[in-house]
Amino acid sequence: MKESKKLNITRREMILGTAAAVTVTLTSGTIDQVGDLGAPAEPRLVNHGVNFSVNGKKHELMLDTRTTLLDTLREHLNLTGTKKGCDHGQCGACTVLVNGRRINSCLSLALQHEGDSITTIEGLGTPKNLHPMQAAFIKHDGYQCGYCTPGQICSAVGVLNEIKSGIPSHVSQDLTGQPEMSNMEFRERMSGNICRCGAYSNIAEAFAEVAAKS
Amino acid sequence: MKAFTYERAHSPAEAAAAAMRVPGSKFLAGGTNLLDLMKLQIETPVHLIDISKLGLNKIEPTSQGGLRIGALVSNTDLAADLGVRRDYGLLSRALLAGASGQLRNKATTAGNLLQRTRCPYFYDTNQPCNKRVPGSGCAAIGGYSRLLAVIGSSEHCIATYPGDMAVAMMALDAQIETINAKGKARSIPIADFYRLPGDTPHIDTNLAKNELITAVTLPAPLGGVHIYHKVRDRASYAFALVSVGLILQKDGTGRVAVGGVAAKPWRRTEAERLLPDGAKKVTAKLMAGAKPTKENEFKLALVERTLESVLKEGKG
Repeated sequence: MKESKKLNITRREMILGTAAAVTVTLTSGTIDQVGDLGAPAEPRLVNHGVNFSVNGKKHELMLDTRTTLLDTLREHLNLTGTKKGCDHGQCGACTVLVNGRRINSCLSLALQHEGDSITTIEGLGTPKNLHPMQAAFIKHDGYQCGYCTPGQICSAVGVLNEIKSGIPSHVSQDLTGQPEMSNMEFRERMSGNICRCGAYSNIAEAFAEVAAKS
Repeated sequence: MKAFTYERAHSPAEAAAAAMRVPGSKFLAGGTNLLDLMKLQIETPVHLIDISKLGLNKIEPTSQGGLRIGALVSNTDLAADLGVRRDYGLLSRALLAGASGQLRNKATTAGNLLQRTRCPYFYDTNQPCNKRVPGSGCAAIGGYSRLLAVIGSSEHCIATYPGDMAVAMMALDAQIETINAKGKARSIPIADFYRLPGDTPHIDTNLAKNELITAVTLPAPLGGVHIYHKVRDRASYAFALVSVGLILQKDGTGRVAVGGVAAKPWRRTEAERLLPDGAKKVTAKLMAGAKPTKENEFKLALVERTLESVLKEGKG
């Protein structure tokens, strides 16, 4: 390999290459169960199949059982719009829509999604054909560094659907009535999405605009 | 995360039998707590039995006028169910006070019951913790204990049960329905479900090994005013310092259960009988025998003040 080519490699290619090398090493191991005397047998590496669709495209995958939905999207399907923040369900950067509902893709195994329909930020809209929530985030400057933004947008789209379908929240005054499309409702429902740049007020304005039009 | 084998179960009995067949296995439903703990290697199952497609996601009326909630009903669906909102408002309110929207969409009813403590020493694998590694000691005692138990704890563990939903379930006298590997079903009153730490803090509940929760049933509605008040360090998406669930009848009688103070949702019927006499007397009875630390003794005053506040709200 020429030095110049080596230097041209992007950071992402570099990371992907390293991950692939690690995978090769691991797959050369055994899938047999090994274990100490008396302890439950500890499997080394196990692959399992799963089928689901992402942004309308069907995928048939064979994955290490440990692979989260987040890592499947980013590392196997190259859909890097969905971000890994805390990897523990605390920050919301990994939020995607599964069968129309928002979840933390970091706290879900890919194998749990057999038959599911998954929508990521790439599936909501494209640069030439933005989703109204994406357009509103741009218009209202609903970000600074942008790292939490895909999760914020997927979550905001989920919130819109949840309010429309009458799901109450902690701040809904009347438990049995239709929840309001209000700023307080939005803020409460978005508490699982953290923005370290503090773009919250602009994010709320972007949501309010989309909510008013819908 | 440690490697594990994986299977999708097709019936509750098959799932329980699989758990019997493979030692060191765990059931996987929503996975929001289990996967978090597996990443930290606090939980290290060698086999996961995915029960998420068992169809246990229905909410149905019972012949006694109550509700039967499938083990896999999501927290969102349970909180949003019209019958629950109308007749068991306390349950909706408790669910909506917990976690985030994303987590409530994924987390299940049975999984919520079985979520593990958020004691910081349980989560930090560099620290001794009798709940995580039996016999290793308790770093929480003498450590940072502001969030931890004030009552029912032992010299081995002062962890709290972290959830909100179970506090409402405790006040509502829920029953937990299970099936074991032999296909035998039983029903456990929630008052007998959780264990205090004693000298076995690593065992959270009285579920037998391999026993699978299939549903939670609620008795017929109690009527009255339902209030759940959660006091926490931020307005949303935080665990309770103290939470109070109250069902108050017009004559001043009612039920009260408290979260954030013990290894289980805390309720004493002898304390409830004092509800017409006010928060001070109820709290004295409810929290009698408490052994707080210097850092968390504020919780005793907080229980009384929160109860005072919800009683006032309940009387309108």
